[in-house]
Amino acid sequence: MTALAAAVEPRAYGSERLLAVDPAQGALSHHAFRELPSLLLPGDLAVLNDAATLPAALRLTSHDAELRLATREPNGDFLAVVLGAGTFRMPTEARGPAPLLAVGERVTIDTLAGAIVGVDPVDSRLVRVRFELAGAALFRALYRAGHAISYAYHARASELWDVNHRFASRPWAFESPSAALPLTFEVLGALRQRGVEVASLTHAAGLSSTGSPSLDRRLPFPERYEIPAATSALIATTRARGGRVFAMGTTVVRALESSALEHGLVRAGPGVARLVIGPGFRPRAVDGVLTGMHEPTTSHFALISAFAPTPLLADALAAAGREGYLQHEFGDACLILPRGRASGGALRDRPPASGPRR
Amino acid sequence: MTLFQCVVNCSNESAGATHRFHMPHRTVKKGLIETALVTGASRGLGAALARELARRGTRVVLVARGQSELDAVVQSIREQGGEAHGVVADVGDKAAVYPLVGTAAELVGPIELLVNNASELGPTPLRLLFDTDCETLERVLAVNVVGPFRLAKALGGSMAVRRRGTIVNVSSDAAIEPYAGWGAYAASKAALDQLGRVLAVELAAHGVRVLSVDPGEMDTAMHRAALPDADPTTLLAPEAVAARLVELLERGEAPSGARIALTAWGREVAS
Repeated sequence: MTALAAAVEPRAYGSERLLAVDPAQGALSHHAFRELPSLLLPGDLAVLNDAATLPAALRLTSHDAELRLATREPNGDFLAVVLGAGTFRMPTEARGPAPLLAVGERVTIDTLAGAIVGVDPVDSRLVRVRFELAGAALFRALYRAGHAISYAYHARASELWDVNHRFASRPWAFESPSAALPLTFEVLGALRQRGVEVASLTHAAGLSSTGSPSLDRRLPFPERYEIPAATSALIATTRARGGRVFAMGTTVVRALESSALEHGLVRAGPGVARLVIGPGFRPRAVDGVLTGMHEPTTSHFALISAFAPTPLLADALAAAGREGYLQHEFGDACLILPRGRASGGALRDRPPASGPRR
Repeated sequence: MTLFQCVVNCSNESAGATHRFHMPHRTVKKGLIETALVTGASRGLGAALARELARRGTRVVLVARGQSELDAVVQSIREQGGEAHGVVADVGDKAAVYPLVGTAAELVGPIELLVNNASELGPTPLRLLFDTDCETLERVLAVNVVGPFRLAKALGGSMAVRRRGTIVNVSSDAAIEPYAGWGAYAASKAALDQLGRVLAVELAAHGVRVLSVDPGEMDTAMHRAALPDADPTTLLAPEAVAARLVELLERGEAPSGARIALTAWGREVAS
């Protein structure tokens, strides 16, 4: 299989491409991203993740190491991964050895100080940090001390205006919910003009890579989300009229499917997504997914395997390679269309998805 | 009778009358504004607006450059039982925008109302245009036009997706009348007005309102810096102007894209 090249910087306005994968027909088609609205139908609903992205990479001044924030706990603590010395130009796994941080140890990043209050029993590189500040002072210090997580394959370090998409609100994400990056106001307008509803939820997108194989196998970590009442209501009315629900990003799939699994249907309110979605998972809330180009070893690929047969996804990747699609953040997009027209009615009445079972 | 009473009474008299602004074709939700971000909030109209919004139950984020003045306003709002948070930032600084909007949304939730109130006058006493440094014009445009644009852009997307939000740009009659000495400020406010009008058109399908508001001549530090000899008794109190503006916003009657001279709003009845 052809390995896809990575985008090395944010794409020129409107230049992104879109590969549509249609499991119902077993077909692939190539588009400009701005043609997205024509691939959806009036009455469909597109849900995006409106989480803004924090500068989650904290270079410690107390140690020769970096703390990478991964999730936030209900009590305000952060779970973070300790990375060894190095810069974003090195792949995380190529960094120097991460120092062992012990419970009770104090860490500082310039003027921001915190204490290690927990260390993972299986992999000591995963720690729990409690900062000494709260509220506005904490976020002011975080924004001052932190850097947006940057990628070794990028030409330069990412800035907040690179990784935040146009519809971002609360800063819950640690890496960019990047599926919405190519979504322009022009496309938003065209979606609504076509009769496609657009709504949002907030999901704390976490790390894509930790530099530790044992931690990488545990990704994605449990991540908090919140579904607004307006969004759960739109999902219900979309279902009732036979429309389809599209998740604009894998984090949206996780949030909606976690809620549906827990409550029987998508319910408004906060939650924690513990679900890891892979081949054989039967989606109950989401019909189609907009995502980036993901290679078969990634958790993103495993997730979209719940929406289309693996051989078709492999064909899609091969076609993307031949056509020069770009992968990773700032890359091109892939739209997994629904397996069939939703039947409407209650979620649990949906016909079982056909496809490979693990 | 104080100015404050006068303005409140004037707006009461107008209740029930036909207003200058009619609802065009869409119902805008009336009532409580849940969250707001106000720039230039440590003094003058910005501080008064933050107080008024908080008094009516809005969770308010106040933005200003100076920490101590900002803290004092935030503290006094909290003492009155309101929810207020201060974030120190220069809206003319590109690097300040994402930290500012991220912190604000973290503290109070998605922002429903953005008030671009912070303004840069340039050096005082005011100078004729050809006595003005080009760098002064650049700084005035950065704070009064580009800064509000950056904030609107960073906050307006989530408003558009949720189909809920209002952006208020505080303008001035200097945007329309060519007063000698006010050139840089006047040009910036005219640009801000037109930016808002175009934004209103572009956001119409997404349920986001954009308004330009000319508050009138107020007794503020900025006014004293510009016109030190003005008789303060002829000037409006910022508190009265703020009350009037919040009332206008909560009533939801001004159509998006409107430029509202606040001193005239609600007084003109259909004739």
